[in-house]
Amino acid sequence: MAPKNKNAAAAAAAAAARTASPAPAVASSSSFSSPSSATAATTATTSTPAQQVSAVTSVPSVSSSLSNKPSSSSSSSSSSSSKAAANQSWDKVIQNLTKHYLDTTPQRTKLIDAFQVFLVTVGALQFLYCILAGNYPFNAFLSGFSATVGQFVLTASLRIQTTESNKKEFPAVSPERAFADYVVCSLILHFFCVNFIN
Amino acid sequence: MSADPLDTLATIGKGKSTRSALRVVILALIAAASIASRLFSVIRFESIIHEFDPWFNFRATKYLVANGFYSFWDWFDDRTWHPLGRVTGGTLYPGLMVTSGAIWHALRALTIPVDIRNVCVLLAPAFSGLTAIAAYLLTNEMTTSNSAGLLAALFMGIAPGYISRSVAGSYDNEAIAIFLLVFTFFLWIKALKQGSMLWGALCALFYGYMVASWGGYAFITCLLPLHSFVLICMGRYSTRLYVAYTTWYALGTLASMQIPFVGFLPVKTSEHMPALGIFGFLQLLAFLDYVRSAIPSRQFQSFLWIFAGGIFTIGLAGLVVATSAGIIAPWSGRFYSLWDTGYAKIHIPIIASVSEHQPTAWPAFFFDLNMLVFLFPVGVYLCFQELADEHVFIIVYAVFGSYFAGVMVRLMLTLTPVVCVAAAIAISTLLDTYLDTKTPPEDQQSAEGSEKKSAKPGLKSASKPVVGVYSIWSKGLMVGSFSIYLLIFVLHCTWVTSNAYSSPSVVLASRMPDGSQHIIDDYREAYQWLRQNTKEDAKIMSWWDYGYQIGGMADRPTLVDNNTWNNTHIATVGKAMSSREEVSYPIMRQHEVDYVLVVFGGLLGYSGDDINKFLWMVRIAEGIWPDEVNERSFFTPRGEYRVDGEATETMKNSLMYKMSYYNFNNLFPPGQAVDRMRQARLPEVGPTLSTMEEAFTSENWIIRIYKVKDLDNLGRDHISAAAFDRGQKKRKATKKRGPRVLRVE
Repeated sequence: MAPKNKNAAAAAAAAAARTASPAPAVASSSSFSSPSSATAATTATTSTPAQQVSAVTSVPSVSSSLSNKPSSSSSSSSSSSSKAAANQSWDKVIQNLTKHYLDTTPQRTKLIDAFQVFLVTVGALQFLYCILAGNYPFNAFLSGFSATVGQFVLTASLRIQTTESNKKEFPAVSPERAFADYVVCSLILHFFCVNFIN
Repeated sequence: MSADPLDTLATIGKGKSTRSALRVVILALIAAASIASRLFSVIRFESIIHEFDPWFNFRATKYLVANGFYSFWDWFDDRTWHPLGRVTGGTLYPGLMVTSGAIWHALRALTIPVDIRNVCVLLAPAFSGLTAIAAYLLTNEMTTSNSAGLLAALFMGIAPGYISRSVAGSYDNEAIAIFLLVFTFFLWIKALKQGSMLWGALCALFYGYMVASWGGYAFITCLLPLHSFVLICMGRYSTRLYVAYTTWYALGTLASMQIPFVGFLPVKTSEHMPALGIFGFLQLLAFLDYVRSAIPSRQFQSFLWIFAGGIFTIGLAGLVVATSAGIIAPWSGRFYSLWDTGYAKIHIPIIASVSEHQPTAWPAFFFDLNMLVFLFPVGVYLCFQELADEHVFIIVYAVFGSYFAGVMVRLMLTLTPVVCVAAAIAISTLLDTYLDTKTPPEDQQSAEGSEKKSAKPGLKSASKPVVGVYSIWSKGLMVGSFSIYLLIFVLHCTWVTSNAYSSPSVVLASRMPDGSQHIIDDYREAYQWLRQNTKEDAKIMSWWDYGYQIGGMADRPTLVDNNTWNNTHIATVGKAMSSREEVSYPIMRQHEVDYVLVVFGGLLGYSGDDINKFLWMVRIAEGIWPDEVNERSFFTPRGEYRVDGEATETMKNSLMYKMSYYNFNNLFPPGQAVDRMRQARLPEVGPTLSTMEEAFTSENWIIRIYKVKDLDNLGRDHISAAAFDRGQKKRKATKKRGPRVLRVE
C-alpha cells in the first residue's frame, strides 16, 4: 500500500502542476506528499507496478515532466503522454475518492464499511473456491455465497439509509427504524440460507 | 340531483372517521360480492372440483392432509406415469395445497368440522375477495383519489378475465396466485416509494409465496427488473430504488430457491437472468452514485467511461461464455413460444396442443374485460400525465401484460389486474371531475377557483383561465351515462360468469325440450365404475387430459397425466392410440395396461372428445416416431379429416377410431348411424376389435372403457382368435390357402 500511495501522490502532483486543476485537489495532495517530491523521483525511476501499464515509454516521460515542469511535458510526446495522462487522472480520481471518504464518513459508517469489506472478501473467497475446487455441494455454495451477497446489500442499504445526506430520500425511515429493518431482513435472509444449506 | 340528499350525503362523507368506516364497509361488500358471484357453479351443480388440473391439486391436498407435511414433501407417486412414477413432492408448486391444508387445520382447531373438499372448492372465491382488497391497496398507491381504489377493487372482483380461473371449484394454482401477484406488486410499489427494507423484505416473502404457488412467478421476476431498468433509463435512479430492489432480489431469490421444483433455476436459466443483471447493475450504479458525489464531474466522466465500459464488457463476455458453456440454460420452450407464436406448433406439439396456450382471439379481450378495454388506455394515459415511479410501473406492466395476453390465452389473467387498476384511475378521474359537488356560482368564485387551480400546473395553464364543468346538465349526462355503463358492465360480468365460466366440465348440463335442466354425469359414472369394478392397481391408459381425473376420481394408476413432463411417454400413448391393433397391443402389454379409456362425443354431440383431439395424438407421436406414425395418412387425399365411410384406411384401423365407434352402429337402424358431433354418416359395418373387449360404456356414451385381453390361451394371436370367435373360420382358412382362391360365399 505504501509505495502505491506515494506513487499516486507523485503522479497527482505532476498532473496538478501540468493541468490547471481545482485548488482543493492540490491542497489534498500536499497533505500526503510533503516528503514525496524527493522520494517520488526515486520510486518513479525504480518503476513500481502501478505505472507499468504503458510500459517503458511512460517512465521517461513522467520523470521528464517532473524535472522539466509544465510547459515541456504537454508538448513532449503525443501518444504516450495521453496514456500517461489517463493514468494520472485515474490516480487522482482514486486519491480524491479516498480523501473524500476519509473526510466525510462518520466513524459508525466506517464500521459498516469495514463489515462490507469483510463480506466482499468472504464472498470472493467462496467464489474462488467454487471456481478452483468445483461447486459440488451447490446448495451449500449458493447459500453461503448468497448469504454474503444478501448481507452485503442489506448492509449497503443500512448505510444508505443512515447517511445524513440521504435523509430527504427517506422521510419515513429514521436510523432506528433502518436498523430494525436491517435486523429483521437479516434474520429472514439467514433463515432461508440455513434452510437451503442442506 | 336535488340539493338536499346531496348535502346530506356530503355531510356524511365529510368526517374522516365516517369516511374510512364507509370505505371499510364498501370494501367488505365488494369482497362479499366477488365471492358471491363465483358461487354459480356450486349452486347450479354441487360442491365439486372442476376440470382437470384441479383434480390433481385436490388429490395432492388430500394426501397432504392425510400424511402430513413431510411425507407430502417427499412424496413419490407410483400411481401416475406408470411405470415411471413421479416425484410429486419435488415437481409441484406446493403453495396451493399447503394453503388449503393450513386453512383446514385452522378451522379444525376452531372446532369447525369442515370437509377438505369444501375448503378446496371455496378457496378460489375466498382469495378473490383478498385480491379485490389487494387491488384497492395497489391503486391507492397510484392516485390520491379516494374512489379509484374502490373502483379497482370492484373491477378486480367481478372482471370475467379473473373470474374465469377462480370460480368455486376451480381449485388451481391461479386461484391464489393472482392475489399474490397483485399483493406483491403493491408491496413493491410501497417499498420503492418509501425506500424501506422492511417493505422490500415483505415483497420478497410474498414473492416467495408466489413462487411456491404458480409457475407464472416468472412474470414478476421479469417485470420488477424491467420496471427498475426503465426507471434507470429515465434517469430516475435513486437510493430508494437500490434499497427496494436489492432487498427484494437478495431475499426473494433465496426464498424462491427453497421450493424444490424451482431449486437452482434462479441462477441457471435465462428467464431469471434479467433480474440478476439489474441487481448487478444497481450495485454499479450505487457505487457510481457515491463516487459522483465524492469527486468533481470532469474526473467522474473519465472514471465512468473506464469503469462502466470495463464492467460492461466483462459482464457481457461472462454471460456469453456461461451460456455457450451451458452453465446458464437457454430459454425454455414455453418462453420461446411467447416470442414466436408459431414456434410451439412446429417444435413442441405438446405445448401447442393445450388450448389455453393458443394466441388470444381479439373478441376474447372484450369478452373478458368488457368496457375496461376501452378505459384501459385512458388510465395508462393518465399515468403518463403524472409519471411518478409508480406510474411508470403501471405503464410498463400495461405494455408487458398486453403483449403476453395477446400471445397466450391464459395470460389474460396477468393482464386483468393492471386493466382494472388503469380503468379505475380513468373512471375515478372522470367522476371526480364531474362530481365536484361544491360548484361555485359561476361569476365570482369561478375566477377564484381558476386561480387556485392554475397555481398548481405551472406556466402553461397560468395564462388562460381554467374552465370547469359547472352545468348541472353536462354533469348529469356524464355521470348518468357512466353509471349506466357501469351497470351494464356488472350485468355483462354476471352473464359471462354464469354462462361461460361456471361449468365444472366434469358434470355437463343440458336443457330438456321443456326447458328443464338435465345433468349429464357420464364422467363420474365411468370413474365410479372403474373404482368399483377394477383391481386396486389396474392400469388405465387414456389420453393425458384425463390422467388427473382418473387419479383423483377413480383412484387408479394412469400412464400419462396432465403434468406433461415426459413427452416420450405421452407420445407412446399417442402411438398406441393412433396405430393398428397389431402395433398397439404389444405397446399396451409392455406398459401393463389393463383398461383403456376413451371419450366419445358422437352420440351426444359433445365437442371435447378424443376424436377431435386425435390429431394432436398423431402429431405428438409423429414427433417421436416420424416413420411409423404419419399425420398425412389420417387425411383423405383431398385433405379432409373424415370419420365416415370415406375415412382413410389408417384412420379406420387406428385403435382410437375403433374404440370410439365400436358397436356404435348397433344403436341405430342399419345404415343410419350418425356421429352427431361431426355430422357424419358412418359406414354400415362398424369396426371390429380383437385385442380388447368392451368393458363399460356410460349412459350417454361419453366415456367408453375397454379391457385389454390377456394373451390367448391357445397361443394364437388375437386377430385370429377373435376371428375364430366370430365364426369366421373359413375366412381364416382361405387366407391360409393363399390369395388365388376365389371366394364364393
